[in-house]
Formats: sequence, structure tokens, C-alpha cells
Amino acid sequence: MGKSQERPVFPHLRSPVRPIKTGSWRTFKPVVDQEKCNSCLICWSCCPDGVIVKVEGELRVDYDYCKGCGICGNECPRAAIKMVRNS
Amino acid sequence: MASIKNLPDEELVYGSLACAGCGGNLALRIALKVLGKKTVIVTSPCCVMGSTTFLPQLAIEVPCVTAILPGTAAVMTGIAAGLKRRNEQDANVVGFVGDGGTLDIGLQSLSGAMERGERFIYICYDNEAYMNTGNQRSGSSPLGAYTTSTPGGEKKMWKEQSKKDMLRIVAAHNIAYAATASIAYINDYTRKVEKAMEARGPAYIQVLSPCPPGWGYEPNNTIQCARLAVQTGMWVLQEYQQGNMRLTMRPAKRKPITEYLKAQDRFSLLGPEDIQSIQEATDYQWETYYGRLESSK
Amino acid sequence: MVQKEYLSGNSALAFAVKLAQPAVVSVYPITPQTSIIEKIAEFVSNRELDCELISVESEHSALSACFGAACTGLRTFTATASQGLAYMSEVLPYVSGNRFPVVMAVVNRGMAAPWTIWGDHQDAISQRDTGWIQLYVENAQDALDTCLQAYRLAEDPEILTPVMVCLDGFTVSHTDEIVEIVDPEKIRSFLPPYNPPVFIDFDNPTTFSVGMPPDYYTPYKASQQIAMEKALTKIPEIAQEFEQYSGRPAGGLLRQYCCEDAEYIVVAMGSVVGTVRVVVEKLRAQGRKVGVLAVRSYRPFPVKEIGEVLNKCKAIGVLDRNCSYGYEGALCTDVKSALFDGDKQCRVLNYIAGLGGKDIQPSDIEQIFDDLEGAVQKPKNPDSVIFIGLR
Repeated sequence: MGKSQERPVFPHLRSPVRPIKTGSWRTFKPVVDQEKCNSCLICWSCCPDGVIVKVEGELRVDYDYCKGCGICGNECPRAAIKMVRNS
Repeated sequence: MASIKNLPDEELVYGSLACAGCGGNLALRIALKVLGKKTVIVTSPCCVMGSTTFLPQLAIEVPCVTAILPGTAAVMTGIAAGLKRRNEQDANVVGFVGDGGTLDIGLQSLSGAMERGERFIYICYDNEAYMNTGNQRSGSSPLGAYTTSTPGGEKKMWKEQSKKDMLRIVAAHNIAYAATASIAYINDYTRKVEKAMEARGPAYIQVLSPCPPGWGYEPNNTIQCARLAVQTGMWVLQEYQQGNMRLTMRPAKRKPITEYLKAQDRFSLLGPEDIQSIQEATDYQWETYYGRLESSK
Repeated sequence: MVQKEYLSGNSALAFAVKLAQPAVVSVYPITPQTSIIEKIAEFVSNRELDCELISVESEHSALSACFGAACTGLRTFTATASQGLAYMSEVLPYVSGNRFPVVMAVVNRGMAAPWTIWGDHQDAISQRDTGWIQLYVENAQDALDTCLQAYRLAEDPEILTPVMVCLDGFTVSHTDEIVEIVDPEKIRSFLPPYNPPVFIDFDNPTTFSVGMPPDYYTPYKASQQIAMEKALTKIPEIAQEFEQYSGRPAGGLLRQYCCEDAEYIVVAMGSVVGTVRVVVEKLRAQGRKVGVLAVRSYRPFPVKEIGEVLNKCKAIGVLDRNCSYGYEGALCTDVKSALFDGDKQCRVLNYIAGLGGKDIQPSDIEQIFDDLEGAVQKPKNPDSVIFIGLR
């Protein structure tokens, strides 16, 4: 919680609150080859954090929250996702 | 019937501080897609609580209540009663708890809640140890596993007892619906969550949720581990309904358990004779029990 | 016509619960509170009380279920004693830390070992630091009146702190007396419906009972202390309000009898106060300047108010129905701190009595007053904890 936010009156708080961008954790990041991808949604279904999003008919990664676990790259049946060293 | 193709896009848990590749987080994410927004999640001290309900990060987007470890099912009972009084009994009251909080310390309150027969869904995400505190053995840890309280050493002190068969304990309460699941079989899991929602009484799902740091494998292999567990017959996908236990997946030919065991550091204490005896025990279970169950339609 | 019934303390408390109309009541039996939940179950079965009655499988679950129901914004109740209170001990700070106004009857019973079913205060006193308000009643009428005031206090938006209504096992819980049942119409005015500040709302998702890192934890806990301190003002206010509805004085932080000019005062909690009062009357008739101070609110502890009553005394006997082993009775320690800023000439003697239900006789109390008068002449004795009833 930022300094600007008040101290909680009760330990019951509106959610979600997500100041920590877990994307800062990763060493490798997934890169989707849109040519190979046929939107089978297997990567979307097995991403533990749900950071693969359906945008304009494509599957893209929310790099703010992607932890780089690599499950998507492992499970893609068409090898359309490569894990690339985080730049 | 809920499946990958028709699950809603909206994420109801996002920004969790769980480890990269956390099986439990995936289990929660998928369950919430099936359950929808009129759901209250009840959790207890466990990985999920630590990673989604601890300030500054609150990652769950439906009402969520944290409970004390022995009492999740009792808190769920109170919530269910309260929602009934407020005429909101159509809401899902869903416990999402680790194995320790389910079948060790939480067993009493879960048994009581099942016996009382209220309508709730209890999902145990099973990472086979007390992972939140750094991998100590629970009743759900498999035979032969390394944990920090069964660390092997000169005394070969690995987990010496078999995994507690919680599904049969739950089934003995004769509740409306009970099942085992694995995050490698998403459509099987989503269908079971749906059935749990339709059940007119207590429903229980135990979903195998591999844990990269605890089980000792690279995070990208979480789904593969969850798959091998089923393919080797070490984790059996079943469901219990109306007094009948049935298989929802029957491996045509079970892979040798070494494929599953070798994929994880936690079984590295075992020698070939130990693995052989576990293989024989698994074969025996399939021969005398699992193999004889009917399959679900 | 005021409704009067011949009731035990437990029954009177059940009548209070019926008047308060909680939405969810969780029940688990333990001697000597069981007849509270039996009476409530009877009310529910006869449609005299409309609530969800949950028979849980343990006391830990009893309070956990109340916590769950409180998350949905409803009034709740449960009852326990002794081992049951100890079993739910981790849930006590859970409820108070979450600021849920649960009201729980604790029928005070000694803790094993050795096993006992009879009354003393060890159970509730052992849980005094859990952030619950603790009110100790003297008799069945007091139990009924205090339970109703407890809801009013707990649910006050400035307080929002759970309350234990403590009554002595068997002495109060199982002794019948004539009790006035307050008119339900009057209770409707005295006790409005609970208006929860936060509750489960699917349109506005909230995470309940979050984890807090150190920077947030301390100021949060300080806010609980502030609420408890406010209760010191609220308790007498609510007692006065209740008097208007019930037509009789009932409640407050303390009850004094003959304390204004007393030189020797016995301080006590619970039913034994009645015994001390009888002795005070007898000794006053002989011209001795004695009095009794009943502490009703043990937490929050009315340290200032007690100091004001006791500071003029020559000697004080604190009668503890508990013992903080390794030191002295808990009430005595707290009373001494109330005297800290005052005239330190006053002597304080601690009497541990009535443990495990041992009857406290008027002769025991007379002995205390004799000791107090003798103590003023003698030099201070550090060995000032006296167990009454040693064979």
C-alpha cells in the first residue's frame, strides 16, 4: 500500500489491490509466434497466473505480471511459444 | 459443460504472489472461472492465503474470507448459514484449502460440516505437504517423499506412510459429490467443479497441484508432473456420486512409476528396491481396487 | 405487567438471547453451560426464536461458525466454559481482531487438571488478553440484563468488540431465582438491529481478515485498544439507558456497597459479591467501616474508577477466584495497579478462594475483614497471597 493510502480501519479490504508487478521476478519471458499459433488455448488454460490474454484474435502476454515459469512454452503443442532471456 | 473452449475470459484471481509455476494458483484460477462472481472463497493459512490475501497485495476478485487453520469448514458453515438468512443461498460458498488444512488439522471441522449436510464446495488443492511453511510432511505426502521433516539422512527417514486416502474418507460421509482431479486434465476438472456446483449438499474436490520448489522440479514442468501422476496410476481421477465410486480417467496402460518419480527431486532418496516396492503396491491397488471400479459415463 | 419467571442463570441468559434475536447461534455442549443451548434449542423448536441453529462438532468450530456468520453481517451467539473456551482460544483474538460483535456466554468453570466441573474464573481470566470485553455477573437477573447490554455495547459503531458474559458455574448458572424478563417491545427500542460496517457483498468484493505487514499491524492493534478504552465510557452509558427501559439499575463498570466511608474493602467478581455483601451488612451493624466493591467489567479494566473508590482505604482484600500461578490472583495485580498513583499507605492482601467450586463461606469473608484490620498494624509482608480452604 502506498504512503498515500490510509491505514485500514478493519482488516477487511476491497480487493483487488495489486501494486506488486510480479513480472519483475522473471528471468525468461515467453514470446508467442503468432504465425504458428492456432489459438488452441492450451497455454491460456494452463498459465497459473492467467497472464495470457485474448486480444484482437491473438494470444498475448501481460508482461507486468508474467513470472516466466515457462509452462506455456512447455505445453504448446505447436512449439509456438519460446522462452527468451528477459531483456 | 464447462471446458477450455467456453470458460469466461475474466480473471478472478490475478497478481497472486505465488511461486512461478504454482499448481495451486492454477487450480484456483480455473475453479473461479467455472464458479463465477457469486462466490465467496474461504481459505486458511496456506500458500493461497499467503499469496493472495496478505497486504499489500490482495489478488482475489470475489469476496474472500480467511479462516483459522483447523476451522475452515466451520467458518464456511457460518457463512452458508448467514447467506441463507440473507436470502443469498444461491451463492457458492467455496473452501479453497491445502492438504494439511484439509486432511490433517482441518479434518474434524470438515467431517462435521459434511455430516451436517450444508450446501458448500470444498476444494483441496493438494501439493502433498505443508508447503507454505517450507515443505513439511502432511498426511497427504506420498510414500518415499523427502520433506524437511522427513529429510532422509543416514536413517533413510523419508515419509514412511502411504498417502491418506481422503477421497474414501469423504465418500464415507455419503455426501452429494466428491472427486479427485489434476490440473493437467483441465476439462475433467472443470466438469467436476460444475458437478460440485449442481450438488444439493456438500461437495468435495481434491485437485493435485504440483509445487516446483517443494517437489523439486523446474517450474515449466508443473503440468507435466500433474499429468505423469495420472498416467502412472499414482493419482487416480475418480468421482463419487450416489454411493458409487467411478473412474473418470482410466490410463490404457499405466506408465512405469519411475517416470513420475524421477521427474522430481523429492523422490531422489529412494533406491531401486524402494521404487520397485512402490510399483508393486501401486499395481496391487489397481488390481484389487481401482481397476475394478466402473468408469463414469 | 412485567413478566417474571423462576429461572436459573443459564435459563435467564437464554431468555436474553431470545430477546436479542441473533440470526445464527452455534451450539456445542459443555458443563455447566449446556442448559443455555438446550433452552435456546427449545425456543427455536417452538418457533419462539427464529434463527439458524448450528450444532457444530467442537467449541473451536462453534466460534468459527459465529465468525463466518458475522462476515455476512449478522448477529450471532454461542456459549462455552472451561476446556471449551481454551479449545477455541485461537479463535478469540481472531474474532476481536476482526472487530466482529459476537456475544458469548462463558459459564466460568475451573480448568483441568485436575478435572473439575465446578466454578471458578480461571477459564476466562486465562483469556483476558484476547481483546474481548469481559463482564462478570452476580446473579440470574444480572445475567439477563448484562447479555442484552452486551449486544448493545458490542455492536456500537465506536466499539465493535466481542463480549464475554461471564457467570459462575453452578452458583449462578444452576441456581433458580425470580427474574424479570424485559418487555420485548422495550428491547426493540433499546437494541436496534445490527448495522454491520462491512459484510460479504458480491457486488463489492472484499477480502476479510487480511494479513498485515509490521508497519500496519501495530497501528491496527492500537485501534483495538482505543475501542476498548471507549468502552469504559460506553458501559455506564448503556447501563443508564437500560435502566430507563427496564426500570431498574443494572450494569455499569463497578458496583459499590458501603464503600463511601469504608476503611476496609473487599474487591471481588461474580456471585461471591453477594456473600460479601451479607457479611458487610453484619459488620456494619457492629459499627465496623467495611465495604465491598464488585468489579463487573474486568476488561476493559476501570483502573481510574477503582483507584478512586479504593484510595481512601486502610486495607483492601482482593478475592480472586483464579490464580496466575507463579505470582498471585489476576484481579489483585490489576487492583494494585489501580492504587499505584494513590496513597501507598494502603495495604493489599490477596485471597485465592472458591477454586474448582469450593464454597466461600461468610466466615471466610469475616476472617478476611479481621485480617485486613490486623494487617494495618503489622509490617508489610511480601508473602501476601493466601489460599482459603487449604485442608
